[in-house]
Amino acid sequence: MTRLFAALALLIALSGPALAIQPDEVLADPALEARARDLSKGLRCLVCQNQSIDDSDADLARDLRIILRERLSAGDSDTQAIAYLTARYGDFVLLKPPIKPVTWALWFGPAALLLLGAGGIVIGLRRRKASDGALDALSDPERARLAAILKDRDQE
Amino acid sequence: MKLLRRYQLVFLLPVIAFAILAAAFGVGLYLRPDVIPSPLIDQETPAFALKPIPGRDDAGLSAADLKGQGVTLVNVFASWCVPCRAEHPLLMQLAKQGVRIVGINYKDKPEDVTAWLAELGNPFAKIGRDDTGRTAIDWGVYGVPESFLVDNEGRIRHKHVGPLMDHDIQTTILPMMRKLQK
Repeated sequence: MTRLFAALALLIALSGPALAIQPDEVLADPALEARARDLSKGLRCLVCQNQSIDDSDADLARDLRIILRERLSAGDSDTQAIAYLTARYGDFVLLKPPIKPVTWALWFGPAALLLLGAGGIVIGLRRRKASDGALDALSDPERARLAAILKDRDQE
Repeated sequence: MKLLRRYQLVFLLPVIAFAILAAAFGVGLYLRPDVIPSPLIDQETPAFALKPIPGRDDAGLSAADLKGQGVTLVNVFASWCVPCRAEHPLLMQLAKQGVRIVGINYKDKPEDVTAWLAELGNPFAKIGRDDTGRTAIDWGVYGVPESFLVDNEGRIRHKHVGPLMDHDIQTTILPMMRKLQK
């Protein structure tokens, strides 16, 4: 029993997740391959749009992985290799959109909304505090009316 | 009596915010996330030279074939692609009307595409064989079929993702061709 358990545990420990990348795509140079893996994790597969080309089994993702490796092997910098793909597929191929005027709302919108909300709360709280004192004090006519009401009740 | 005092308007803010969000989501429902905008619009076509399909005399297709030939419809297709079959009769009809259509045959077997064209008819003035799919990638293609309108100067002016429907041809392709031909 222990043996079976140990064998199973070993099996599970050794089994990694299924990789989309095929052995024939892998570059011989480990440093270059590591760069390619790293870059392809940030590139969108255009067929299955929420997967990176590193994750996707789609045919096009494989073609793009191979092209990326060709570019790196040819001596492209990371930026150049990415630019090769954005020239064809646009910024959409990047899983992380670049920061430029059209994406400012996307990048800074949430923070701006948070600041706006926080500002609103701060202003609201300040106003409430300022008005607290004013509510505590009764004006003279109010005090007179209150006294009259209390007097009426006592008489009943 | 005033229905709302000034400070009470603040309570309307969440309602207004919700209405704006709902409107944004409503618009989002009708957007097409599968249609990715192409950075190649109004750019010159990528440089390419494709060989003809073996066993056919279509003469291949290169960037030079898209210059000085009036407006051309470039159709990326494959015999294994089902939507291509669906749009094929429309391409035949367009070719009959005198529209110049050229084909980029994407990752296909020569005998398959030959049989396909024999069965359904050949609307293409020229066909280039893209067996590696590299030319299609240079054109920013991410699925077949895709179609492009190329003007007389060899610039890409319009891209259509997916099969062309009669509606697309009547409302977009033909009006645009007429405009570009002027």
